[in-house]
Amino acid sequence: MSKTLDLVTRVRGVRGAMLVSAEDGLVIAEQLMEGIKGPAVAALAASLAGRLRRAMEAAGTGVAVFWHLQAEQGALLVVPGTGMLVVAVAEPDVNIGLVRLELLRAAEAVL
Amino acid sequence: MADDIRALSAQLAQDPQSLVFLRLGEALRRKGQLDAAMRVAVNGLERHPHLADAHDLYARILTDKRDYERAFDEWDMAVRIAPHHTGALKGLAFLYFKVGDVAQAEAHLEQARKVEPDDPSIDQAIAMMRKGTAPPAPTVDSSSAASPTAASSTAQAPQGSGFDEARVFAGLEGANEGLLLIDGAGRVLGGALQDQAGTDVTDTVAAYLAGVSQEAARTAKLLGLGAWMGLSAEGQHGNVHLAHPTPEALLLVVRDRGMPLGRLAILAQRATAMARRWLEQQ
Repeated sequence: MSKTLDLVTRVRGVRGAMLVSAEDGLVIAEQLMEGIKGPAVAALAASLAGRLRRAMEAAGTGVAVFWHLQAEQGALLVVPGTGMLVVAVAEPDVNIGLVRLELLRAAEAVL
Repeated sequence: MADDIRALSAQLAQDPQSLVFLRLGEALRRKGQLDAAMRVAVNGLERHPHLADAHDLYARILTDKRDYERAFDEWDMAVRIAPHHTGALKGLAFLYFKVGDVAQAEAHLEQARKVEPDDPSIDQAIAMMRKGTAPPAPTVDSSSAASPTAASSTAQAPQGSGFDEARVFAGLEGANEGLLLIDGAGRVLGGALQDQAGTDVTDTVAAYLAGVSQEAARTAKLLGLGAWMGLSAEGQHGNVHLAHPTPEALLLVVRDRGMPLGRLAILAQRATAMARRWLEQQ
């Protein structure tokens, strides 16, 4: 699993990556830089993913295959899978497209 | 009146997307040119399927044509889109009374009175119903003050909530579909959503999105990322973008997968600016 997360964290601008249980928001595996509160981020990411999944299903767009939360000083990028989420925390100037690809590859490997 | 119709027709010809069809359709209806009014309303509805006032106009024309069943469907649709649309509520009250369901008729008028407590025509209609007299039918011959549908007054003053909702995103690419503005409690402020089967899913999606804004803000804060600016998501059948025009309000833009996330974000930025202006004006 650590190797899988390497796919994501090796991308320039990524500050950390996690595998999170979608159901209870617990961390399954993580590779995070100092200062990132993994368990709390995992819980909130899972909660946000749940709300988004329900809203998107209701809107007829089907389940999310990738989403990212953009903020002033960075981004949270997520690929939801069956029962798990692959999560990355990134700097604001990260190549979103590249992180997306690596998250999808990581998800394919572990989910 | 004929001059008005000519002027409105010219305006509509110049800008077929404009909402002037509401005034033209109403003017034609009042003049008794029901087939022409019907064509205008149907064309308008094709362009603005989520506009409550368009359904209200069409319902009034259908009522004039004595097609009460379809009129009911149209007013029902108007109320689904804009639950506080008094014109549609009064129209439904009229039709309920017509089939002898006085309780439902009165309930709809009471609902309309809550929205517009100063409208004397509502009290008048309730009083007439209680006496067992049918309230005035929404026909061309009815005086505007007594007509159950008069309060929507789409031809004169855009007071209905549906009209305002449509105006939030007026002029924006795809303004009539896939845009939804809600408050922090998940209440719809503007726009509407349909799923792929054409079912109205506005309220359901709004309910699911309630609280997303606070949750996104908490997540971004916890990560030390500052304020959140937007959330883009790629779905199996469509893409969505969430933004917050104000700290409490949330804007959702839904498009099919053909629109890439980057372009969707640009569209959402425009919609966010419009929604912010609209919210400030309220």
